[in-house]
Amino acid sequence: MQLNVNGKSHEVDVEPTTPLLWAIREQIGLTGTKYGCGIAQCGACTVHIDGAAARSCAIPVSAAAGKRITTIEGLASGKALHKVQKAWVDHDVPQCGYCQAGMIMAVAALLRAKPKPTDADIDATITNICRCGTFQQVREAIHAAAKA
Amino acid sequence: MTTMPKINRRTFLLSTAAAGGGLALGLRLPFGPEIVRAADGSPEINAWVVIRPDDTVVVRVARSEMGQGTITGLAQLVAEELECNWAKVTTEYPTPGQNVARKRVWGDFSTGGSRGIRMSHEYVRQGGAAARMMLVQAAANQWKVPAAECSAANSVITHKASGRKTTYGKVAEAAAKLEPPKDVKLKDSKDWKIAGKSMKRLDTLDKVTGKQVYGFDLKLPGMLNAAIMESPVFGGKVKSFDAAKASGMKGVKKVLQVGDTAVAVVADTWWHAKTALDALTIVWDEGPNAKVSSASIAEVLKAGLGAEQAFVGNQSGDAKAALAGAAKKIEAVYSYPYQNHVCMEPMNATARFTPDKCEVWVPTQDGESSFAALLSASGLPADKCEVYKINLGGGFGRRGAFQDYVTQAVRIAKEMPGTPVKLLWSREEDMRQGRFHPVMQCKLTGAFDASNNLTGLHMRLSGQSILAAVRPAVVEKDKGRDALSFQGVFETGEHSFGYTIPNLLIDHAMRNTHVPPGFWRGVNINQNAIFFECFMDELAQAAGQDPLEFRRKFMAGHPRNLGVLNAVAERIGWGKPAPKGRFRGLAQMKAFNSFVAAAAEISVEGGNKVKVHRIVGATDCGYAVNPAQIDRQVAGSFVYGLSALFMQECTVKDGRIEQENFDTYDSMRIAQMPKVESIIMPTGGAIWGGIGEPTICVAAPAVLNAFFQATGKRIRSVPLKNHGIQMV
Repeated sequence: MQLNVNGKSHEVDVEPTTPLLWAIREQIGLTGTKYGCGIAQCGACTVHIDGAAARSCAIPVSAAAGKRITTIEGLASGKALHKVQKAWVDHDVPQCGYCQAGMIMAVAALLRAKPKPTDADIDATITNICRCGTFQQVREAIHAAAKA
Repeated sequence: MTTMPKINRRTFLLSTAAAGGGLALGLRLPFGPEIVRAADGSPEINAWVVIRPDDTVVVRVARSEMGQGTITGLAQLVAEELECNWAKVTTEYPTPGQNVARKRVWGDFSTGGSRGIRMSHEYVRQGGAAARMMLVQAAANQWKVPAAECSAANSVITHKASGRKTTYGKVAEAAAKLEPPKDVKLKDSKDWKIAGKSMKRLDTLDKVTGKQVYGFDLKLPGMLNAAIMESPVFGGKVKSFDAAKASGMKGVKKVLQVGDTAVAVVADTWWHAKTALDALTIVWDEGPNAKVSSASIAEVLKAGLGAEQAFVGNQSGDAKAALAGAAKKIEAVYSYPYQNHVCMEPMNATARFTPDKCEVWVPTQDGESSFAALLSASGLPADKCEVYKINLGGGFGRRGAFQDYVTQAVRIAKEMPGTPVKLLWSREEDMRQGRFHPVMQCKLTGAFDASNNLTGLHMRLSGQSILAAVRPAVVEKDKGRDALSFQGVFETGEHSFGYTIPNLLIDHAMRNTHVPPGFWRGVNINQNAIFFECFMDELAQAAGQDPLEFRRKFMAGHPRNLGVLNAVAERIGWGKPAPKGRFRGLAQMKAFNSFVAAAAEISVEGGNKVKVHRIVGATDCGYAVNPAQIDRQVAGSFVYGLSALFMQECTVKDGRIEQENFDTYDSMRIAQMPKVESIIMPTGGAIWGGIGEPTICVAAPAVLNAFFQATGKRIRSVPLKNHGIQMV
């Protein structure tokens, strides 16, 4: 099966029911995308599929074949950080950081759909779990990225 | 309880070991085996400063970074005294194996109890200062001038009279050959330039690009992956399992029993291992605990509330006589459930075993604890073992004293010599096999005289002891008492009680269960703050007094407790009208040697939809090393504490934990996040307070007290979801 990840085509040898997350991590070897629950509850595994945020732990790889997949490793263009990543650095958002790749991917998709999100937009869209509790900085950084 | 060992002398041992192309200034402090340690293994550390020719400063930190900012804060303290260029500071973990080989030169690695900075600051700063003195001396020797005529700043040494300058990198080698100074003077905190400032964290960039390697992400050549299931009934054992079906599944290399209690599948990928494990039929010998339920545990605890025998944690006057002679008595029973840490990164460890060497890579709060588990499971001597610490995807107390995943990983690796095996728990395994926040019930009785003066108070705790399960020797030494049960209400020490109440008795009927308890962020302050601080509001209500004014009557002898309480009251606007529809609550406590208070402002819609609009949190931690990181720990602790208050309970049915994932064990999202206003008000003194945990305990009682103001309803058991109350 062919997967298009971060602009490159990868041949992966997995059962079609394998969650996309594990194909990305264990076949393609990109480990920035995290496992947190396996049931699309926490958002740690968030990637973009054709530009939209998707929880890759609950999507079979067969459903992603032929689509454009972006992971945290593919968010920056070359060495220039994506504006969400830059806002994250400027606001010192991560604590342990484990959930942040998924959080950043969710936010990047939000900003693409809604370049100037309101707090209500953020509340409705960003439902990722962060056990360290970085939400206050996440919100500040989203607004900062929206202005960038 | 933790206490600092007495330090009578300071020895700095110079090492000439080269490192990183430069020179290591080894700073050995007297925390070797000759030092008497507190019974609970109170933490000690040693820092290493490495200076490379390009002036890069590598600060070696024995504490673990799990998001709390400790490595940045410790590096700030070293850099402050070292007078080095902060832009060139980086950090590095020494390994536990090196520590053993070098007679525990770095002391204890334990990173729990909010001790990362508060228990390390002195010798870390001494280390930085001693290194600076040696670098200056080396430059002075080269210039043949007295060291006293030279000064150091920003990694540059200057001889003012002659105008000569050099850099740390240039004199590091010469400095390393010098005798270490005997008399090292530390700066006054008011002169700090790097410490005490909100420096950016040193570990952010890799966390936003996906480059940061967690234990979970580790890759080694030839590595296989393992999934595991341990008996879901605690104390149960494997009776039998049918390996045949799983063995034939794609990618599977081995199906094996791990110890008496677990079965693992090793495969090429973790997904294959997990898929095969799910297909496996395991028959368990569930043992004597298979009928235990939350209800049966609650009955045992309830009986403890009235038991004659109990361990005393705090006593003055005669509370029982005061209650017997009371004009009015107020009584309330509270309870707190089992809760899981739910680190975002599930438990994992990677092990490689050969008869000559066993290595473990693990995200751990205590590298030495991991090392001990490795030694025990491998059967190899210490010089053939090594642990490599990896940054953690959350710890919260789960990854310190408990190294069950290391034991499992080593046992699996022993069955496949030479092959590295990464053991990863599924979220379900992580939820089932927690080391849970213990269950506790509490009956509080207050006595009033005819003039509504509080004349006595009895607080009876009944429930589980963590130390009895984890550090039984400590409990035995204290004649069966677990002093840690009294955190926040204890008679003395870093968790001492913040009120002076006439005729006080606080005691604990220890009631242990088969569910393994653990240190859960904040530990026993979580329930003790809810019990006591909500009951203070109940007493104030019964006396017809304002909750703040009522508390103040008993706080004259506790100025720092009062200081933080007043600070949050003033900031929230206590005594002034709240915005329409909003209600306020307060709480205060001393924990991990920090004085903390919170004031919450909430609204309640339809009697059960709670919006927490604001929480003000004040911390008097003695000294503030990085205010921005303190703010984040305060806000983060509120998220952890309020998630627990509203949403989280692990219930027991048929001897096992029922909740297996976030669908039944929820955690706060951004929409529920209140505006957190942190007041950092350090008042100095000889003792430094902790940061990672203390404020967690004041959020819940502040919100519960506000809920009472809003609804007239007193909620006395956690979580609020059991009362149909939602956080919105």
